Amino acid sequence: MLLIDCPHCGPRDENEFRYGGQAGIAYPERPAELTDDEWAGYVFRRDNPKGWFHERWFHAHGCRVWLTVERHTVTHEIRKPR
Amino acid sequence: MTRLPSGGLVDRSVTLSFRFDGHALQGHPGDTLASALLACGVRVVGRSVELGRPRGVFSAGAEEPNALVRVGADPMVAATTVELRDGLEAWSLRGKGRVDLDAADDRRCDKGYLHCDVLVVGGGPAGLAAALAAGLTGARVILVDDQPRLGGDLLNSRVRLDGARGLDWAALVAARLATLPEVRVMTRTTAIGYHDHNYLVAVERRPGGERLWHFRARGVVLATGAHERSLAFPGNDRPGVMLASAARAYANRYGVRPGRRAVVFACADSGYEAARDLAAAGVEVAEIVDPRAPGGEVVTGTTADAGGLLDGVRIGSRRVEADLLAVAGGWNPAVHLFSQSQGTLRFDEGLQTFVPDVSAQAERSAGACRGLYGTAEAIEDGFAAGAQAAEQAGFGPVHLPRVPDGDERALRAPAALWMTGPGATQAGGGEPVRAEPVGTEPGLSEPAFVDLHRDVTVADLARATGAGMRSPEHVKRYTTAGTGADQGKTSGAVVTGVMSALLGVGPGQVGGTTYRPPYTPVSFATLAGRDRGPLSDPVRTTALHASHLARGAVFEDVGQWKRPWYFPRDGEGLNEAVRRECHAARTGVAAMDASTLGKIDIRGGDAGGFLDRIYTNLYSTLPVGACRYGVMCGADGMVFDDGTTSRLGDDHYLMTTTTGNAAAVLDWLEEWHQTEWPALDVSFTSVTDHWATVAVVGPRAREVLSVIAPDAAGLAFMRHTAAEVLGVEGRVFRISFSGELAYEVNVPSWYGRSLWEAVLGLGAVPYGTETMHVLRAEKGFAIVGQETDGTVTPQDLGLSWLVSKRKPDYMGRRSHARPDTSRDGRKRLVGLLADDPAEQVEEGAQLVAGPGDRVMLGHVTSGYTSAALGRTFGLAMVRDVTTGDRLTAVSGQAAVPVTVVEPVFYDPENTRRDGDPSVARRGGDASPSPAGPSAEACRAESPAAGFAERFAAAGDDRVRVREAPFIPMWEVRGADPGTGLRLGPAWWLVTGEPEGRPGWVDVSAQRTVLELDGPGALDVLITGCPVDLHPSVFTAPVQTLLGQAPVILEPTASGYRVYVRASFTAYLAEWLLDAIAGNLVILG
Ligand SMILES: [Zn+2]
Repeated sequence: MLLIDCPHCGPRDENEFRYGGQAGIAYPERPAELTDDEWAGYVFRRDNPKGWFHERWFHAHGCRVWLTVERHTVTHEIRKPR
Repeated sequence: MTRLPSGGLVDRSVTLSFRFDGHALQGHPGDTLASALLACGVRVVGRSVELGRPRGVFSAGAEEPNALVRVGADPMVAATTVELRDGLEAWSLRGKGRVDLDAADDRRCDKGYLHCDVLVVGGGPAGLAAALAAGLTGARVILVDDQPRLGGDLLNSRVRLDGARGLDWAALVAARLATLPEVRVMTRTTAIGYHDHNYLVAVERRPGGERLWHFRARGVVLATGAHERSLAFPGNDRPGVMLASAARAYANRYGVRPGRRAVVFACADSGYEAARDLAAAGVEVAEIVDPRAPGGEVVTGTTADAGGLLDGVRIGSRRVEADLLAVAGGWNPAVHLFSQSQGTLRFDEGLQTFVPDVSAQAERSAGACRGLYGTAEAIEDGFAAGAQAAEQAGFGPVHLPRVPDGDERALRAPAALWMTGPGATQAGGGEPVRAEPVGTEPGLSEPAFVDLHRDVTVADLARATGAGMRSPEHVKRYTTAGTGADQGKTSGAVVTGVMSALLGVGPGQVGGTTYRPPYTPVSFATLAGRDRGPLSDPVRTTALHASHLARGAVFEDVGQWKRPWYFPRDGEGLNEAVRRECHAARTGVAAMDASTLGKIDIRGGDAGGFLDRIYTNLYSTLPVGACRYGVMCGADGMVFDDGTTSRLGDDHYLMTTTTGNAAAVLDWLEEWHQTEWPALDVSFTSVTDHWATVAVVGPRAREVLSVIAPDAAGLAFMRHTAAEVLGVEGRVFRISFSGELAYEVNVPSWYGRSLWEAVLGLGAVPYGTETMHVLRAEKGFAIVGQETDGTVTPQDLGLSWLVSKRKPDYMGRRSHARPDTSRDGRKRLVGLLADDPAEQVEEGAQLVAGPGDRVMLGHVTSGYTSAALGRTFGLAMVRDVTTGDRLTAVSGQAAVPVTVVEPVFYDPENTRRDGDPSVARRGGDASPSPAGPSAEACRAESPAAGFAERFAAAGDDRVRVREAPFIPMWEVRGADPGTGLRLGPAWWLVTGEPEGRPGWVDVSAQRTVLELDGPGALDVLITGCPVDLHPSVFTAPVQTLLGQAPVILEPTASGYRVYVRASFTAYLAEWLLDAIAGNLVILG
């Protein structure tokens, strides 16, 4: 059970949150102009690093804010969420 | 009897009666089951799992591999860990327990959540010292220990500190800890798991049932001690072979003489300590065998009497008569929790064992669990570890107490010896220690065990290494060594040592197996705690639930909701009831509880534009007062949810979602608003629980409306209005999910039951979800999650007309142009009619072109019997078919011939949505006569009203619970209203203000307020609330979980206020009553 230090609520157990996958994947500005492959990259393809990973967590049972968290996928160490 | 006349920590003035395998026996408080059995002369406590060999008590703690017994409903526990109690009944096992499903088990298990600055695991010299050093700084400290009293190995030993008994020092520290208000000492509590971010789980054994504790600690001190180990030699499993430290513990702590004549195998100095203490207890010590002595000998085997009990020990060529062989093979630091925390181990050549190397978390080992075996050095290490942990948490420094002087001699290194006897080789391929051959006496051919519980021998390991295995992980799986109930606590080191001998490499190179939680076995009842039976998963109920129960409704689970499935009358089954309910809806008037549909209040200047991006169709153009059906897709273009959204004002919409997706849709809206379009002026508030919704359906629905909400009876299709409903401000929507004239009538949920009874009182027939499904399927309306499965687009469902061509973009638009979604040959929604009108196609059946064909063209998604059609029908998702095609629906052995038809079976021209057209043509229906039926005004009922008496009965002067009903509440977004509970950034809950301000969302009936007061209230809440509720930390309201329900928890002057969603009220009320009752039992 990870402990995620929500900037709005303080440290809370992982099961108050919903996982949101890789952070920083912006919705394309003009989807219609993207090739099928570019669009598939946006919809389906994500990084899966061994090490530090920027990922999104939604504090569903707390302040209901989406956070960006840096988590080490091996040690589970978490850097200050924001 | 082998109980000594005096000495030890048992209370001989009290006799406890117990039974073992049916025999009546006696012991004393302070005994374990194992010590009482030994005191009663019971030497065989079970048989081994594979070979059926007699086995006796081997250890005095959690590492026990032999003395496994059934106690009451517990199928398998170590007798060395069972505290003796009067009336206890235990049975011996053959190595393996079996669950007796009929065994009475009246335990009340629960959970507990605590937070601290420093958590100390282990109450021996090091742990006590660490807790004291940390506690003196003022830090919040928790000390857990698995024994009934503190002291650790001081309980078992005769060591003296400052010239007094070691236990006196422990008692002094315990007394000092008791004076520190922020220190909590928990005995009978075994830490079983060390997880990420200093999250530790422990089991507290209480008379009424275990509590599973969850700890979050800023720092952890592990003072878990060490386990003595044996080594492999022939016949090392006989009853009478015992760890030297265990023999010493039985003599010193329990006042039990574990044998008459003993041989001590002293590979480590603890053997001498045991020999001294056994002699003091009147045991004749025949010989101390020390391989480290000049010309040192080794034990090479044992002999046994006819019953298999030890009667002699072989030392080289000699045989020494003995009924006790105390083996001191060396020590293994108990690194289980350290290793679970992902810390790494290293092999210490001097100690001949694995010790902690690098920590992975904010943790520090102290004392024997890192190889510091001396009492005084463990205390000194504990002081340092506790002070360090406190300092890292921001406390201290303080002046540390003095380390007492011990009377122990410095320990010499243990012998690097893992196996003896014929053919034994030694670790690292050194000189083998060989036994002289002693003829053909029995005993030579005895197996030499490495894992007593799994009956794994040196020969088994040799077979594994001979087959080429080099890793203990492989050997474990091949031989099962280490997979028993003790999880290798006594065998792990021996396996590594013997493997190193067999492979000719050092033990450090061989390594060990992974340590996994739990440290000791845990029953499922303990893990489940209160989450079992009716509380296993929260049950959500609507405001109408009591009425449904009274009417004998049969329920179905939809997500966590209980929804009426059908309402049987006079012994009807499902089919009869549904036929009658459908008939009422198609020909008269019927009513359904639609309160479970998700309802989201959406406000803001950009609300319409936001909805245009989320839905496939347009909402910014929707006139105020109108409703529109919509479908939303994921970015992948697949249907995610559907529902009707209405425009209540220029900047104000109300969205409805499917019952099961309400939370997911709200999350979805929040996600896109927060992460992609934060500049849009829009906010979302769940009002699902605030409104009770009654669907009034059928050609005579207007007659009912004209009584309950006359102002709304004339609403046009897909229009809505705010209206007075039986004296209450409500909302009425002209929405139909059946094709009939229908209204969805909403009132605040306090009034829902009253409205429902009024509607039924006017002649509406109640119907459930099954009838709703039949009615919608007759009209060909798809259900998200039934017709769709995450691979279906709106176009696949025949909803292309709902997909805007005018909008530049909407969620899923680009994916709808992907080659796979835009191709021909995708599965599409069709209708199915079986050749036999009485035969129902089964949902999930595969559709193939003909009997015996194996190419699956699609599957049946819905199959019903229709009263209106007078036959069966179905819906399906199929590819490459057109109307009139013949298919076969295959399910199990059934192969049903069907014909593909258009998916709308009933009233395809939509002639009935404003009422029965034949009646309307005759000018009937519509306006009621003034002398017509009437209904009483709605009465308010609070969601916890039914619990008032039980709440009153459950309370006492420690804790009281009551509902604070009918509190006006508002959710506020944006600017700080200057009042209320802050729930998040720009989000407040204002309570108690009778009048809202512009923009405030009325959520008065959305949540129920339960007040929990009294000095015991905190003890109740920590059994279900994972946040830190310490009064110094918990000063402002929080949103979190209690039990499994989302709540707002607010500290008040006298206790707590719990705000819970109205639909979770019954669950949480039952949970609180159980928690209060459970705490009373425990405090008893
Ligand atoms: Zn938060």
